[in-house]
Amino acid sequence: MLWIDCPWCGARPETEYRYGGEAHIARPDPAATDDAGWADYLFMRTNPKGVHAERWMHREGCRRWFNVLRSTVNNEVLAVYPMGAPRPDVPGGEAEGG
Amino acid sequence: MNCRLESGGRIDRTQRLRFAFNGRRYRGFAGDTLASALIANGVHLTSRSFKYHRPRGILTAGAEEPSALVQLGEGARTEPNLRATQVELHDGLVAAGVNAWPSASCDLAAWTGRLAPLFPAGFYYKTFLWPASFWKAVYEPAIRRMAGLGRAPEEPDPDIYDRMNVHCDVLVVGGGPAGLGAALAAGETGARVLLVDEQPALGGALQGLRHRVDGMDGAEWAQAAAARLAAMPEVQVLTRTTLFGYYDHNTLAALERRTDHLGPDAPAHLTRQRLWTVKARRVVLATGAHERPLVFADNDRPGVMLASAAQRYVNHFAALPGRLPVLFTNNDDAYEVAHDIVAAGGKVLAVVDCRPEPAAPLAATLKEAGVALYTGAVIAATHGTRRVQAVTVAALGEDGGLGGGRWRIGCDSVLVSGGWNPAVHLFCQSAGRLTFEEARGIFLPGEATQALEVAGAAAGSFGLAACLADGAAAGARAAHAAGFGDGRAPPAPPSDAPEPGAIAPFWLAPGLKPVGHGKAKHMVDHQDDVTAADIRLAAREGFRSVEHVKRYTTVGMGTDQGKTANVNGLAILADALGKSVPEVGFTTYRPPYTPVTFGALAGRDRGALMDPVRRTAMHEWHEAAGAVFEPVGQWHRPWWYPRRGEDKHAAVARECRAVRAAVGVLDASTLGKIDIRGPDAATLLDRLYTNAFSTLKVGRVRYGLMCGDDGMVFDDGTTARLAEDHYLMTTTTGNAAHVLEWLEEWVQTEWPELRVWCTSVTEQWATLALAGPKARDVLAAVAPGLALDADSFPFMSVREGTVAGVGARVFRISFTGELSFEINVPWHHGRHVWEALMEAGAAHGITPYGTEAMHVLRAERGFIIVGQETDGTTTPQDLGMDWIVSKKKADFLGKRAWIREDNKRADRKQLVGILTDDPKVVLAEGAQLVDRPGRPPVPMIGHVTSSYMSPAVGRSIALALVKGGRARLGEAVHANQAKKFVRCTIAEPVFYDPEGGKRDG
Amino acid sequence: MAEAPATPRSPLAGLAGALAGAQAGGVTLTERPARARLNLRLDPEDEEALAAAAAVLGAALPLAPNTAASAGDRTVLWLGPDEWLVTGPAAEADMLTGALAGRHHAITDVSAMYATLALSGANAREVLMKGCRLDLHPRAFAAGTCVQTALARAQVILHRSGNGQTYEITVRNSFSVYLATWLLDAMAEYRPA
Repeated sequence: MLWIDCPWCGARPETEYRYGGEAHIARPDPAATDDAGWADYLFMRTNPKGVHAERWMHREGCRRWFNVLRSTVNNEVLAVYPMGAPRPDVPGGEAEGG
Repeated sequence: MNCRLESGGRIDRTQRLRFAFNGRRYRGFAGDTLASALIANGVHLTSRSFKYHRPRGILTAGAEEPSALVQLGEGARTEPNLRATQVELHDGLVAAGVNAWPSASCDLAAWTGRLAPLFPAGFYYKTFLWPASFWKAVYEPAIRRMAGLGRAPEEPDPDIYDRMNVHCDVLVVGGGPAGLGAALAAGETGARVLLVDEQPALGGALQGLRHRVDGMDGAEWAQAAAARLAAMPEVQVLTRTTLFGYYDHNTLAALERRTDHLGPDAPAHLTRQRLWTVKARRVVLATGAHERPLVFADNDRPGVMLASAAQRYVNHFAALPGRLPVLFTNNDDAYEVAHDIVAAGGKVLAVVDCRPEPAAPLAATLKEAGVALYTGAVIAATHGTRRVQAVTVAALGEDGGLGGGRWRIGCDSVLVSGGWNPAVHLFCQSAGRLTFEEARGIFLPGEATQALEVAGAAAGSFGLAACLADGAAAGARAAHAAGFGDGRAPPAPPSDAPEPGAIAPFWLAPGLKPVGHGKAKHMVDHQDDVTAADIRLAAREGFRSVEHVKRYTTVGMGTDQGKTANVNGLAILADALGKSVPEVGFTTYRPPYTPVTFGALAGRDRGALMDPVRRTAMHEWHEAAGAVFEPVGQWHRPWWYPRRGEDKHAAVARECRAVRAAVGVLDASTLGKIDIRGPDAATLLDRLYTNAFSTLKVGRVRYGLMCGDDGMVFDDGTTARLAEDHYLMTTTTGNAAHVLEWLEEWVQTEWPELRVWCTSVTEQWATLALAGPKARDVLAAVAPGLALDADSFPFMSVREGTVAGVGARVFRISFTGELSFEINVPWHHGRHVWEALMEAGAAHGITPYGTEAMHVLRAERGFIIVGQETDGTTTPQDLGMDWIVSKKKADFLGKRAWIREDNKRADRKQLVGILTDDPKVVLAEGAQLVDRPGRPPVPMIGHVTSSYMSPAVGRSIALALVKGGRARLGEAVHANQAKKFVRCTIAEPVFYDPEGGKRDG
Repeated sequence: MAEAPATPRSPLAGLAGALAGAQAGGVTLTERPARARLNLRLDPEDEEALAAAAAVLGAALPLAPNTAASAGDRTVLWLGPDEWLVTGPAAEADMLTGALAGRHHAITDVSAMYATLALSGANAREVLMKGCRLDLHPRAFAAGTCVQTALARAQVILHRSGNGQTYEITVRNSFSVYLATWLLDAMAEYRPA
């Protein structure tokens, strides 16, 4: 059971949240994006072994979306930060693989 | 044979208990386990082994027991595969050994043992290969009958179970000397401490020892410590509780056995077992160590027991494991066991030590007491059938084989000690790394990945003094890390225990014949019947990875997860591969530490409480009307309302006819409703729906289709504009929560500049869909203030008014094709308005209709249901709904995807109607469609998505997704139906009132 | 023509008998009478809007997460950084709408959307611990704390109200029968035989 700090409600078990996939994937301008670029936006994800920036939403609570840095190796949550904020630097933040 | 000592032990001799085992009656005392009571009665043979049906006895005194597995109780309360060493005795207890028929002492299947040469490692993989059809019909049923352990109960479990969630600053696992020290040290800081121990009383290893702590008997000191803990308000102690799982983020799970020890006296209002979920800031693992057996020829005969287990039976239960034991060891500490037996008035025939010189200080004392000492020697054979009757002791040669000298010693038990394995199971579950210490041949906790400490024997500190000090330090450290105290350990109480003695790791004793030759078995895994020869064979056959050897031989794969087997098995494998143990590696332990009942895992979530049943305001009316309910997500919706003598088909047909001919009413409260407000509400809707909502006039309603950015349909519904900056969106029942999250996701993550609020009002409004040519008349009777004529209240508009005295929003929309009003009233007036409609409509024969009739009615009109006509790969174009896709809007979700190559293919699956040539045949939903039947492989061209008998059309109708279907209207296809093919024709997907003239009544 | 009923029908009407039997022992369960409820959304950085709302409600909107504010018969529960649930004797929708005119806000009447159950007694916390994963120990869940979380398999608003002796559980109508049944089941061991 992961325990994630909702930026508003505090530590809550993962069962209260909805996982929202990889973070920092902005919707590109459709008029300026070719098919390959659109496919990248829709389907391609980094899937790292190591630190992963991802979105969570506090479904059973305040219904706010936010970002989390989580290690996919041991599930350690390294940072929680608001939507729109840049990915924070954390020690060991560079992930391998892809 | 009575093996109970006249005095001593910590059993309650004033409470005699009767019990039955394997059909015979015995007596024991309160405080006994089933195993200790059997031993006191001289019974060692408990059960038969998993594969060879070899006689098996009690090897241990605790959770690590691999072989004394019993079936406890009878009937609905029977429970299989319990360790006799952990079953507390109660009066009237009934148990039997597993895997024996008719009994453990006379097992008719024991002939399998004589066929042992036929059951080598990987037996299953090698043997039952051919013919394939034999596996299911012959081999598997036969194997299941012969192999395996206990029987699952066949009746519903009569007991109740529950769960408890608890948080603490420090969780201490294990109530032995280290755990007690940790709990006391942490508790004194004021931290919230939870101490969990699997035994009925605290003390752990202290109960098996005669050492003194702080001037008291060790077990008495433990009771004093327990009393101190009980006086601390923020300390909670759970005994009879096994911490079985260590999960992410210091979340752990424990099973508390609340009433099992009470037997028939268990109070009915208490749950039998409780599953605790613990969230701990810090964890102290004080889980102790398990003694490991030595592997020697026929080391699995009843009467062979771990030395420390014997010590516990003597000291704690006052039960002698045998009158004439022989002790076999590779370490000094086991000499203490012989000493304790002698001190208790028992006898020890001999100590066999594989080391050339016994370094044990007790050797001389034992010699004086008449105990024979064989050094540099091993037990090369055991003799006897249902119980060991003699052993052959042999000297070890220079080369590791047998040297000269054989001594046959008549005995009735063999006590073995191969050293200690720290109980690292929970540490492994926490994803901690193990390290191997060559000198003692043990795996130790290494780098931790969670917020934990390991203390005492679990960390390799085997001495009592070290455990006490280690525990106190870990407890103080853990509390400090959780924000309590200064982290300094309180002084540990003194003890009279000696420092741990010397050990020489020893993995496999040679037998009279080479390992694997002859009948003797060097048993490594007592539960899975895996021998040293099996492991060596796997190595010879080319297995190198320890993970593969584990699965191939099944070593460590039993319900005990190889607690007594794994390290010996690894060392034997390493030797066979010519590698060191760390090079071979280690298979990890996974939850649960010991098996957990399904009842405890289910807790209260069973029967009616297994999952919530969501109920509308009219639910009880539907129940009273005899509705059959359909689960839709967690909702229970009326499916149809059968009248006396009606089957489903008749009821649905009647409900459909009522709507088409007069009037029906449907409970549509489950539709999702989202209130959307703000100056940018129109902009948001324009981006989310494929069509435009900014152009919708106030008071009007529009149907919309919602797609993902991949262009695939994921929801639909109507949205009304209640004011310039105020919309009310409806969603499908199953998608209500998902659509609200979808809105929030875009507003919060991609378009935070939009000034708009989205609020669920699904359960504010009960929704009653009144449909049919008489709908207007019925509504007029209860809503005289509302102008209902088609000009005042046109199709696709909304009005506010009073219905049956209640403020209502009424939508003129239609999912049936008939004149229809969807009446929304506050939830808690829903039942009242429903009853008012029934009363007002009685003259018109108003008929409540369920979801099945709704599905038929909408399919007749060709209206889709998202999730039925769509499956996540369906675009609006595939559905023939280009008309709802805006050409004017520059951008909206989904638009970009449709110009991708794959979404323009002419052979995409498209929505069409399907008419069977025989109008009476109703196709199965999901039926596969092919162009023409033939020998396989036949290309599939589509599938049926909806299929009904339509009373209005007078024949069967179906909707389907067919490759390139729009261009194939009128062509023949074949549908697979009950192993036959049914000829059909592709048609337009509208079967009734294609012009839509009925909607105005 | 049918008249509106004098009192709204509770979604728990069918459990009235069972609830009446849950008034003794270590823990009691009672349904609170229906109250007017408004869902209020506004920008927490809009000081003017906050002040206007506070003036109507008689209490400042609580801005700290997991808290509630009370004024007289009215309670304002924090639901999210820009969302509150106002509970009181009557809906102040019109007064609030007037006060917040011109400010970006939303007021939604949700008076008919929930049922509220009150769990009290020495064992109340233990009953909740059977189905709620949050830390309910007084050190972590002081009187006045209000959270949205899961209880058993239902989403709830859990408010430790008054002097802390009572937990008010607000649940959507459709889940209320399930949740009340679950609570009665979980309470069984604390009830007199």
